[in-house]
Amino acid sequence: MAKNTESIFTNPILRWIDDRFPLSSLIKDHATEYYASKNFNIWYLFGVLSMVVLVIMLLTGFFLTMNYKPSTEDAFNSVEYIMRSVENGWLIRYMHSTGASFFFIVIYLHMFRAMLYGSYKKPRELIWVLGMLLYFCLMAEAFFGYLLPWGNMSYWAGQVIVNLFGYIPFIGESLTEWIRGDYFISDITLNRFFAFHVIFLPLSIIGLVAAHILALHHVGSNNPDGVEIKEHLDENDKPIDGVAFHPFHTSKDLVGITVFLIFYFAAVFFAPEMGGYFLEVDNFEPADPLKTPEHIVPSWYFTPYYAILRAVPNAALGALFLVLAVLLFVFLPWLDKCEVKSIRYRGWQYKFALALFSISFVALGYLGLQPATGIYVALARFFTITYFAFFLLMPFYTKLEKTKTVPERVVYEKKES
Amino acid sequence: MKKLLLICLAFVFIPGMVNAAGSMNLDEYIEGMDVKTSDAKSLQRGARNFFNYCSGCHTLQYMRYNQIADDLGITEDQLMKNLIFTESAPQNLVKNNMLKEDGDRWFGKAPPDLTLVTRRKSSEYVYGFLNSFYEDSSSPTGVNNHVQDASSMPNVLWDIQERFSDEQYSQFLNDTVGFLVYAGEPIIEKRKSMGVWVIGFLLIFLVLSYALYKDIWREVK
Amino acid sequence: MEKNINRRKFLSIATSVTSAVGGIFAVGAFVSSLQPSKKAKALGASIKVNLSKLEPGSIIKVIYRGKPIWVLRRTEQMINELDNENSNLRDPESDLSIQPDFAKNQFRSKNPEYFVVEGVCTHLGCAPIEKFAIAPADMGPDWKGGFYCPCHGSKFDLSGRVYAGVPAPSNLRVPAHQFVDGTTLLVGENS
Repeated sequence: MAKNTESIFTNPILRWIDDRFPLSSLIKDHATEYYASKNFNIWYLFGVLSMVVLVIMLLTGFFLTMNYKPSTEDAFNSVEYIMRSVENGWLIRYMHSTGASFFFIVIYLHMFRAMLYGSYKKPRELIWVLGMLLYFCLMAEAFFGYLLPWGNMSYWAGQVIVNLFGYIPFIGESLTEWIRGDYFISDITLNRFFAFHVIFLPLSIIGLVAAHILALHHVGSNNPDGVEIKEHLDENDKPIDGVAFHPFHTSKDLVGITVFLIFYFAAVFFAPEMGGYFLEVDNFEPADPLKTPEHIVPSWYFTPYYAILRAVPNAALGALFLVLAVLLFVFLPWLDKCEVKSIRYRGWQYKFALALFSISFVALGYLGLQPATGIYVALARFFTITYFAFFLLMPFYTKLEKTKTVPERVVYEKKES
Repeated sequence: MKKLLLICLAFVFIPGMVNAAGSMNLDEYIEGMDVKTSDAKSLQRGARNFFNYCSGCHTLQYMRYNQIADDLGITEDQLMKNLIFTESAPQNLVKNNMLKEDGDRWFGKAPPDLTLVTRRKSSEYVYGFLNSFYEDSSSPTGVNNHVQDASSMPNVLWDIQERFSDEQYSQFLNDTVGFLVYAGEPIIEKRKSMGVWVIGFLLIFLVLSYALYKDIWREVK
Repeated sequence: MEKNINRRKFLSIATSVTSAVGGIFAVGAFVSSLQPSKKAKALGASIKVNLSKLEPGSIIKVIYRGKPIWVLRRTEQMINELDNENSNLRDPESDLSIQPDFAKNQFRSKNPEYFVVEGVCTHLGCAPIEKFAIAPADMGPDWKGGFYCPCHGSKFDLSGRVYAGVPAPSNLRVPAHQFVDGTTLLVGENS
């Protein structure tokens, strides 16, 4: 490791810094001499994309905080003030609301990559657990943030979710009172949700992202073949199937980020409401405790869990199932008994199970947006069962898999330009 | 605890029961609808219509007069003569002199602010609403409305509806609804034109970054 | 090989320059959001002051952009007094001071009868007090009327011109203003 303390710079100012701060070794360990597999595909883009969205959210959030007022008296008006009166305020607001939805799109695809290629398996279990903590933080961040515009849907969605805590035996009612700081969702609740949303959770997320990346770099990245590239080193002790993160993966990610930004800004400039899914129509009127919206629906990214909540006939049990549905993800590294990492070489049982799970997740998401009537109820129950079966039966069906031989070396086909 | 449970259960199931009333089919009431927020002249007429027929009861509390003038190409002089009928200065918000208590007393429910009505209800709803008043002797105002049943609003436009041809009335509504769409989101046209530039820039950048990526990865076997 | 290096250089530079251009526009959009909003501009718009009820020797005080603006209707005596030369002034020609061009005279106004001035001492921002009486006990026998700042003792004449030997460095500031008609003053813009 003594080798890695050598400065990469010729510039005297940078060398001065290097004598006092591990700038060169950080750059080498995490970029220019961090080797990752050369066969990354599109699924490997979503990690860096989530960092891009995080930066966008932090920046736009910061500027919104300059003009937003967290009181029930002023909140709704301050959002319209930002949209109309602050120069480019409308752009900052739309970037933030669109970014929230894109964050979840990216994160779900990022999590799916791990499930495709076994990126949660040994020795990467901790990366996965840290990632799940990040997912919980993101959901909390979105929930707290959603109350802030103080629109009618903000109020009622907040009402429903906070009331869920009331189902916890014995402590439920006092707990909800403690969360609200009042007997109903009031100005006091709004102000503290603002504090959570602007300070506590962003700081936690930043810290967890650092830990998540450090854990990853400590072990090294996985790849679509699930082959450990450190097992085959060249004469310089560098993985034969690896390429330095910088400039190889940075240049490749730059293309991916650009494509992402095209989709993102297309939404921001041409469809910021996204048919009511990014900006709900009920939120264009101020919160009214006397007027429940026709359809209380959480934001689209929560609807799978909302569908599960409603599918269970007993409200308290439904709340429990909702929590379990989210928590079960954490245990994947230990539920999955198959030795092979990548789906490319796994048995049909896992392929089928993952396909069924994905369909269930999307179907539950759709059902969560619909009213809980007629055939929707039966379908929600069916897909809740398949959702839980994916996790709970996993120790059994993954043991039965007949896997293909995992190649020694990574599969990389160079495309002729 | 039981009461809390029941209330929460209600939240879970009421949305389902109310669903049928929520999404209504407006097709038969929006014949002739062709709202264009890109047509500045249409929006100017819409502004004139709004201030002449609607502003007595309805406010646009998030809009300023001078922003309407700047965005729609109206001079301050034209603004003062044609659009401001209160004591307001051009930089003020569009309010009126009706007190909420009076509005509640006269109409049952005070006329709501209309700045965000097209975003909340959709422009089809507003067009359909203005287009579907009918005579109803059992109603206190003498009229009822197909789109908003038991609406306490009188048919302010009855005079225009009678004098104008169907086409002229559609035009009138298109202008007015267009103005309200603009009021709901004044930046609507500028954001679309800005978007074209941003996506254009990103496409150029995509070509460059792709070429750079290919060049760097050339040596990878 | 040479060609490869040149291509790499060109592409790297082109990509960097394009990123920088995009970055500047992006940063610019955020930075411009700190400019005064439409609401700030509306609240800071020029204000009309009705002078029809203002008696000679009286002052009207209004607030424009957070600062006190005084409108003094001078008496005949005050106007005559200002015509006399006052050798105790630091900046009698208003060379060091801020006022519209038409106010660079001994009356520091277009019309000697109406004096429009910011009631903010040019030393450290306190509000001066009116001292219009001639030679009162507290101001001494040579006092010809004007303004006195209680914070650090700066003295100004009836045109807001600062006396020599006091902490304030320049005359009281005259804001942009115009007379819309005989009885209406508009503070905030010159004609």
